[in-house]
Amino acid sequence: MTDASTEQVRSEPVSGRAAAGKATAAHGGGDLQMRSLTKRFGTFTAVDDLDLVIPQGSFFALLGPSGCGKTTTLRMVAGLEEPTAGTISIGAEDITATRPYKRPVNTVFQSYALFPHLDIFENVAFGLRRRGSKNIKQQVNEALELVELAQMGRRKPGQLSGGQQQRVALARAIVNRPSVLLLDEPLGALDLKLRRQMQIELKRIQTEVGLTFVHVTHDQEEAMTMADTIAVMNQGRIEQMGGPTDLYENPTTTFVANFLGQSNLVRAKVTSRGSDVLEVEAEGQAFTLPARRSFSDSDEIWFGVRPEKLSIGQGDAAEGLRGVITDTSFIGVSTQYLVRLPWGQEITAVRQNDGAPILRPGEQVTLTWDPRHAFALDASQDAHAGEDFGEGELLGSKG
Amino acid sequence: MSAPAPDTVAGLPGGAGPPVAETPRSHRGRWTPYLLLFPGVAWLLVFFVVPMAFLASQSLQQGSIETGYSVTWHIQTYGDALSAYSSQFIRSLVYAATATGLALLIGYPLAYAIAFKVGRWKNVLLVLVIAPFFTSFLIRTLAWQTILSTQGPVYSIVNHTGLLAVLKWVHLVNSDQLLSTPFAVIMGLTYNFLPFMTLPLYASLERIDMRLLEAGNDLYASPFTAFRKVTWPLSMPGVVAGTLLTFIPAAGDYINSKLLGNPDTTMIGQVIDGEFLRVLDYPTAAALSFTLMVTIVIIVVAYIRRAGTEELV
Ligand SMILES: Nc1ncnc2c1ncn2[C@@H]1O[C@H](COP(=O)(O)OP(=O)(O)OP(=O)(O)O)[C@@H](O)[C@H]1O
Ligand SMILES: [Mg+2]
Repeated sequence: MTDASTEQVRSEPVSGRAAAGKATAAHGGGDLQMRSLTKRFGTFTAVDDLDLVIPQGSFFALLGPSGCGKTTTLRMVAGLEEPTAGTISIGAEDITATRPYKRPVNTVFQSYALFPHLDIFENVAFGLRRRGSKNIKQQVNEALELVELAQMGRRKPGQLSGGQQQRVALARAIVNRPSVLLLDEPLGALDLKLRRQMQIELKRIQTEVGLTFVHVTHDQEEAMTMADTIAVMNQGRIEQMGGPTDLYENPTTTFVANFLGQSNLVRAKVTSRGSDVLEVEAEGQAFTLPARRSFSDSDEIWFGVRPEKLSIGQGDAAEGLRGVITDTSFIGVSTQYLVRLPWGQEITAVRQNDGAPILRPGEQVTLTWDPRHAFALDASQDAHAGEDFGEGELLGSKG
Repeated sequence: MSAPAPDTVAGLPGGAGPPVAETPRSHRGRWTPYLLLFPGVAWLLVFFVVPMAFLASQSLQQGSIETGYSVTWHIQTYGDALSAYSSQFIRSLVYAATATGLALLIGYPLAYAIAFKVGRWKNVLLVLVIAPFFTSFLIRTLAWQTILSTQGPVYSIVNHTGLLAVLKWVHLVNSDQLLSTPFAVIMGLTYNFLPFMTLPLYASLERIDMRLLEAGNDLYASPFTAFRKVTWPLSMPGVVAGTLLTFIPAAGDYINSKLLGNPDTTMIGQVIDGEFLRVLDYPTAAALSFTLMVTIVIIVVAYIRRAGTEELV
């Protein structure tokens, strides 16, 4: 699975590669590759046999719940943590044993780690000075302008707000133009407006300079809007990897289906497997789904439809699922409904606020959907895997 | 000496804020800094300023124990005392500086190791650092007479490794023994004040966030460069505090030179001790004390300026 999606990433063209020529990474570039990368702390496996190829110049997002091993992975790439097994290389060069200060890699730390005794200017200049760069003043000022802190050069980190410190951390890493930039939740402390603004800036810098960005985030919206490729990580493993749309539309595990957005999963049985269409039966009703969206070899499946793919109709329709609304949450752009199906299961449906009246709990509804939007996952997995993490802010609580 | 920085007071609530309506709350807030400062200031007045004034006055008096003393503004006492004891004076500063340097060389790695390298042995080692305080200063210094005696192991090691010849060559040892030499005095000073060096160093090192060193490594600094550019500057408060806490008492010390030295290693503290308690020449003793204090204050101020404490957030 991993390899297949890697190929797909590889073909992603990187715009602005030509522009990269002038300001390009000071070091030889190349794809960042991790082979069987493993990290154990005692008996606890934080990163488990990771195989990843991140093409040069791509924007790669690592998404996963807290404690799944994202930071540990970045630290191994930066050289701050020694892998228990496996190798890391950039291009043809194996850097597994290279000391951190010799790696063409810079990190924006989750904790910022700004030097408290140096002012902002010197913090940003730190890496340049160590390498004896020319034009330090100009480069630092440009980097500070990029993060909109040009006036703050002479302040100490302690005199900045959390968001400003985070931007300094960003400038301090970017100014070095490393082959690989590791960003550990670099926008976490920013307010929504500034975060969106920095996301656009980051994306612009990345395409302009052609650096490889490995971006760790909790914010799936951020991952989806910025990244060429997203890897969803769970318990030290890559659960699924692919482009944002691919990942969202075609989750292959219940964890991804629940972690990235929300999914309604209903227990079903495959009744016939055609080359194009799969027929399934759930609670006595027959449904179909495209065969290529079935990710289960077994006939016991979870039949899935995303909440926003469901349309809510009133009255009796021949097709679809009947149910009763049990909860209505008005979100603004949309309204989220909880609908109880005849066999007691509650599923979520989201409807755009296009002016239609908001339905009240207790109303009878019929849920329909385009069969092309349905998918099937192996029923041996926990239907609620990945549900407790992330999300929530995006579509409101599940009540 | 430790007058509060004006901005400390101003920074406190109500200190220098814009005029606000007089509420009981802001009224109380205005007096808080003074209340907090009162015990310290009172202490300084009674036990520092008053004795200091007394000492200054005494240094300008003439007379004798029998006839009594009176202030005659006899500045000449200073000139006479300094010309008579200039070598002891300079020697004190040199010995104290050397001992401070040695204590820093020993104390820094020690504090560094305790802060970062010894894991759960941290507390045990810290107790060991202050363990010497459980016995008196005098007894510890007397023990060094035994340690450095010609019959002891230290002597035979120093002798056989050729270190003795080196010490002779740099005039720290002037005979065939270790005891009663400048070497012994400096060793005694270093030993006695080492904890005063180590503890502040430890305190400032221990506060350093190790992730800053990782950030340094990540930004192309080798471990040595990261030490020079990150650890060392961040430990400066400890270095300044440690060197001052070692240098100041060492410069005025009179026990070590008395017990471990010879007449040629006499330090100024010993002279003052003699003038006060044996010769009973109070004006000279007071003039020397006063000069020593002023000199130390000047050195400390110059040092703090150079060490650039304004960099230390
Ligand atoms: N030095 C360490 N010793 C022992 N366990 C560790 C160590 N560092 C990390 N771990 C464990 O490894 C797991 C992964 O940690 P990691 O910091 O990589 O998580 P993360 O995905 O970055 O989480 P978050 O999103 O909260 O930052 C966690 O369970 C953590 O407790
Ligand atoms: Mg983390």
